Amino acid sequence: MSSTAEVLAAPPAVRPTVPRTFLAMMAREVRVMRKNFLSTFVRVLAQPVMFVFVFAYVLPKIGGGMAGQGGATFSTILVPGLVGSSIMMQAMMAVIFPLMMELTWQRSITDRALAPIPVPLLAIQKISAAALQGLIGGLLVFPAVLFIHADGQAPTVHVSNWPVFIVVMLSGALLSAAGGLLLGTLINPQKAQVLFALILMPITMLGCVYYPWEALDSVRWLQIVSLFNPLVYLSEGLRAALTPDVGHMPVWAFLLALVGGTIALTWFATRTFTKRVLT
Amino acid sequence: MTEPPAETAIGAVDLHKTYKSPRGDVPAVRGIDLDVRPGEFFGLLGPNGAGKSTTIGMLTTLVVPTSGSARVCGFDVTRQSVEVKRRIGMVSQNNTLDTDLSAFENLEFRGRYFGMSGRDARRRADELLEMFNLTDRRGAEPMEMSGGQAKRLMICRALVHRPEVLFLDEPTAGLDPQTRVNLWEVLRELQKDGQTIVLTTHYMEEAEALCDRVAVVDHGRILASGTVEELKGSAGADTVLTVAYDGPVPDDVSGLRDRDGISKVELSDGQVRVFAHEPDGLLGELVALGSSAGVSVTDASQLRPSLETVFLTLTGREYRE
Repeated sequence: MSSTAEVLAAPPAVRPTVPRTFLAMMAREVRVMRKNFLSTFVRVLAQPVMFVFVFAYVLPKIGGGMAGQGGATFSTILVPGLVGSSIMMQAMMAVIFPLMMELTWQRSITDRALAPIPVPLLAIQKISAAALQGLIGGLLVFPAVLFIHADGQAPTVHVSNWPVFIVVMLSGALLSAAGGLLLGTLINPQKAQVLFALILMPITMLGCVYYPWEALDSVRWLQIVSLFNPLVYLSEGLRAALTPDVGHMPVWAFLLALVGGTIALTWFATRTFTKRVLT
Repeated sequence: MTEPPAETAIGAVDLHKTYKSPRGDVPAVRGIDLDVRPGEFFGLLGPNGAGKSTTIGMLTTLVVPTSGSARVCGFDVTRQSVEVKRRIGMVSQNNTLDTDLSAFENLEFRGRYFGMSGRDARRRADELLEMFNLTDRRGAEPMEMSGGQAKRLMICRALVHRPEVLFLDEPTAGLDPQTRVNLWEVLRELQKDGQTIVLTTHYMEEAEALCDRVAVVDHGRILASGTVEELKGSAGADTVLTVAYDGPVPDDVSGLRDRDGISKVELSDGQVRVFAHEPDGLLGELVALGSSAGVSVTDASQLRPSLETVFLTLTGREYRE
């Protein structure tokens, strides 16, 4: 330990402003993502790749293939569904797991909470970073579900409506991240298993990932109950944008749910987060 | 309500914090006033659970006061929290390093959070790592570092943006003696260079070794404050004599209360504690009182004049470590 005079010498011109701090925090997330890219890549892809492999390749080969609706192949149904569920799961997990660590154990949230930024804005930053990871998760899944299939089982996919596609992708990712922040601030980490069993599993299994919402006409009660599942709107929104020939929910309905839900959950999660950080 | 003066480094007036819990309200801080001048090394001394960390929490904006107000570098901790955060550095009790980043990156990003360019932040990070002998741990993950290294890195992190006030919450708790003494050296150097430092500790010797001024805190209140010398002088007793008997304390011992030079006599089961000024021959007397009552002394200790005697006189009880 030499003299500390230098350590305390006049600093380089520092102008901490809130936007700069916010961007620096986003840069940190990108750095962490880059470091963990390989493990993220594997984690994000494993489930959807296995799924399309079994349902779009193996089952059709052995004669047990599921028919989609109205002549569409099952893989056509799966593309928007699996991309949507990937966005939602990745965005939620990207915020829930770090947060459970940060808010408990050593309370390492203090590291970020002491940065010169209002605490509610730190919540917004967490939502933005997790949404970014959700989007990356969704984009990674795209090629897998497009290209893994048996002969004759190719999905019919094209972006028919770019504005709807972009709004759905962005608001779906933000909605999921805000929902994740809300759960992460409300749920006790010891109950993480319950979170999986009772929240994440039903969301994915019943999120109109494997069938379009319209097809639920024949199971009316489930069609209605499904409306409480945010993933339904994301899957249906992507269906409307990518596979418009498959029947889907009206555009106003899923846009209202996604954008309205994003605003409501962000507001709510920001409040619960601030309450957890500032004691 | 009176506002704390603006020109001090830290001014707090009647700070209260009560935590709400399902089992009722838990008062952690019950009316604390503080006045720390720029360049001062100030210590909050008290046992675990005294309210020191809560007080530091309020001054660093992360704990919202239930009532009262505080200013740090002239800014209100609740209404101007961002301005306060720009001017303070905090070394918390736990290891709050960012576990997703290396030692170097922890410092680099701290600099960037505080508005430095990437290049300045990296240069600053290397400068601090070298200053604190951590250069060889540059790429280490926080989880791989020893307690002392992690603590040093946390001090680096708190200094990246050259804060006006440096807060340290129990900085040496759980560290081995050698690391503790090294850390003291670091803190003394910093203070010599003009750094304002506020430290909490439950180690008497730490407060004595480092602090210009000390506030003794217990049960959420300041019991006494001043320089270490002032506190020692104000206690009214410079020695605490504790004697344990192998039977009930002899009745005659309570009679010592009325004697000159003895400020307090505390009796508990088989043990007596006498707070005295120049207690020559007192120990022999306690032994004699015992033997005439048919009990003998099993243990005796005499604390020399120190903050510990002050603490014991103020709180009248065993120090809870």
